[in-house]
Amino acid sequence: MKITRRTALQGTAGALALGLGGFNFDFTRATAQAPAVKRGGNLNFAISAEAPHYDPHASDTYATLHLAAPFYSTLLRFNLSKFPALEGDLAQSWTAAPDLMTYTFKLHPNVKFADGTTLTSADVKATYDRMRDPPQGVVSTRKATFADIGSIETPDPLTVVFKMKAVNAAMLEHFASPWNVIYAAKDLAENPALPRTKINGTGPFTFVEHVKGSHIAGKKNENYFKKGFPYLDGFKGIFTLQAAAMLNAVQGGQVLGEFRGISPAERDRLVQTMGDKIRIEESSWTLNLLVCFNVDKKPFDDVRVRKALLMAIDRWGGSQGLSKISTLRSVGGVVRPGSPYATPEAELVKLPGFSKDIKKSREEAKKLLKEAGHENLSFVLWNRNLAMPYTPAGIFLVDQWRQIGVTVEHKQSDTGAYLATMNAGNHDVAIDFSNLFMDDTSLGLAKYLSVTRSPENRSRSKDEALDKLYDDHMRERDPAKRKAIVRAFEKRLFEQGYQQPLLWWHRIVPTHKTLMGWKMSPSHNLGQQLEDVWINA
Amino acid sequence: MTMDSPSLPAVKPRQSNVYLDFCRQQPLGAVSFVIIVLMMFAGIFSPLVAPYDPLTIDFASLLAPPSADHWCGTDAYGRDICSRLIYGSRTALVIGFTSSFVGSTLGAILGIASAYFGGRIDDWIQRFVDILLAFPLIVLALVVVAAFRKFSVGGVDVNLIVAIAIPILPRVARVVRSAALSVRVMPYVDAARAAGYSHTRIIFRHMAPNVVAPYLIMLTAFIAQAILAEASLSFLGLGVTEPTAAWGLMLSGNAADFYRQAPWMILFPGIAISLAVFAFNLFGDSLRDFLDPRFKL
Repeated sequence: MKITRRTALQGTAGALALGLGGFNFDFTRATAQAPAVKRGGNLNFAISAEAPHYDPHASDTYATLHLAAPFYSTLLRFNLSKFPALEGDLAQSWTAAPDLMTYTFKLHPNVKFADGTTLTSADVKATYDRMRDPPQGVVSTRKATFADIGSIETPDPLTVVFKMKAVNAAMLEHFASPWNVIYAAKDLAENPALPRTKINGTGPFTFVEHVKGSHIAGKKNENYFKKGFPYLDGFKGIFTLQAAAMLNAVQGGQVLGEFRGISPAERDRLVQTMGDKIRIEESSWTLNLLVCFNVDKKPFDDVRVRKALLMAIDRWGGSQGLSKISTLRSVGGVVRPGSPYATPEAELVKLPGFSKDIKKSREEAKKLLKEAGHENLSFVLWNRNLAMPYTPAGIFLVDQWRQIGVTVEHKQSDTGAYLATMNAGNHDVAIDFSNLFMDDTSLGLAKYLSVTRSPENRSRSKDEALDKLYDDHMRERDPAKRKAIVRAFEKRLFEQGYQQPLLWWHRIVPTHKTLMGWKMSPSHNLGQQLEDVWINA
Repeated sequence: MTMDSPSLPAVKPRQSNVYLDFCRQQPLGAVSFVIIVLMMFAGIFSPLVAPYDPLTIDFASLLAPPSADHWCGTDAYGRDICSRLIYGSRTALVIGFTSSFVGSTLGAILGIASAYFGGRIDDWIQRFVDILLAFPLIVLALVVVAAFRKFSVGGVDVNLIVAIAIPILPRVARVVRSAALSVRVMPYVDAARAAGYSHTRIIFRHMAPNVVAPYLIMLTAFIAQAILAEASLSFLGLGVTEPTAAWGLMLSGNAADFYRQAPWMILFPGIAISLAVFAFNLFGDSLRDFLDPRFKL
């Protein structure tokens, strides 16, 4: 399809309206007269998992972002007060060429890294080069997202120009991804893997200490380029790996919030015990758990085995039960239910693994396993030891697979070992996650691309048909045609059964009412720089 | 005049029945023995005894209170708590028995060897034992279980068994050594040594049988400790993993969220753990009182 200026603009508008306007906020915020900002104080908040490293480029877990985001800046970011509108972070201004083939960013002057170095366009270029074409030994889970960038130019120290190889209608939103934190070029030149172990950013806080198993602490960046920010003197992210410990900490006031999300039962407990001292905000969540088969391992290289296992899962029944006890809620395909590109229920139930006639579906699953010669299949289900919602999902899956005669050993491990095992391809079957910050399919479908293009594809599948459909959908400007390609992508993916969403999450965030300025969104990856957060003590 | 000497009635020597004697002398021990036997029966014959499959989820019966259908109610997944308790006894006993047996046996061997060789070997072993004894049982178990990667054989968590066995080892070694020290100076040990028997033969054939009483008492007492340690580690998320039926695990996870709404979720596993620990402790104490002649004076 020839891309003209008109079609490009139409596409952009369509993508924004469909892809990003899809967030349906069902949370409410008090709109009473806002009190005057109080400066100072230290914020303690809970982080329910401890990240294995500090590098958001190589991560797709919030554990890294909640720990690292306050120390860093990005080019653009989402304005959570007017979500999904964008605002500049390091970029003072920006322009997109009418054909969407060139993006120009003007940077704020006098931005300093924590080590005193002045930020220039060379730092932005080095950062994006690292993400789109990571050097040997560096992992970039954003590689597929930025594959359309042809070159990055730095005409002067405060100007960065991105020249595209192909149009990506949601490119500006990708520039606002919270994962794309800007590193210092000199650090990357010294050692491209340095950000895994060393924090040196331009964010509102500077690194103080990380005590493993205990906390990470930051103090106010006195040289922060946004004058008057941050409001806080410092923060401490306290690792509370046990849900009960986290709840006790919130209840006892040791922490003022947990920004990822809690279960309905945990919410009820806090409301019951804390009354009007606690603020609860709820939203649908751009996050799902995935059943992920390692296709490099037998018998999961056999599509019949994968399909059989997916067809044994009663998602509709599970969503009703699990939504009462966990953060898991909606049944959906590769796109968040309720968003414009989401597959309607009538179509979804025709796809493998989504039938409402579970009895019939399980009979077919048994037949498939018999055909494949694996009637007495047994394997290890690899899972994260986060109580919510990984444990309920694991318990549920073990039960579902037992009903077609499959024996499953459920193994749970802390975040570091869990990710390392999956990234190394040492798992049989795993409960993986798709952690998105927006609904646009250019982001949501990237996880399912061939592992050579998308390192976060932990099924390790290589499927040229899926890759082609993804590329076609990226170039397609007609929303209806784009939607049709997304459907074709989803159908192909589920028929091959490399990985499939189990259920989508529902976000419930508890914060003390003394905590001000923090903003709720459908993604727990957004709004964690904490620059405009303050304590009304 | 002759006087007949009074004839005494012939006294039949009383047939001693060790089981009846135990019941008579240690009634509480007998009761605890019955509890242990019942637990073992439930554990071995779980599939026959349990009314439901312990892993089957039933969202329609979520958090159901105790009733004729579910004697102990259901948990947050609608699983039958009674069935999970019955299957849980299997986990408790397998891990309890195995770790106590491994820890006590290795401890006994170390204790006898320490007493037998004496000198520098005894010093080294005892200092090592001192170091291990400095840590409370549960703390040492926590360190071990956290330090090693999980691995299981036949569904049994070997890591957990080793973690609980290691803290038991020095405690048994110290007690058995003290008993072995008195055996070492017995003439038959000297005779065996003079006859040129190997150290291994002297330790296992001549000394070990004479320290069986303290060994058995320690073994029994530590089963209770091991069950408690397993429950504690599972409660802390370091023991067996869901959906395995285990008493400690039943007290953690969702139980913390729903115990107000469904107190039976924590009540029955708590009773099961208390009863098992109580029974094994009491049985161990009664066995000691029964076997040790000093307590009969």
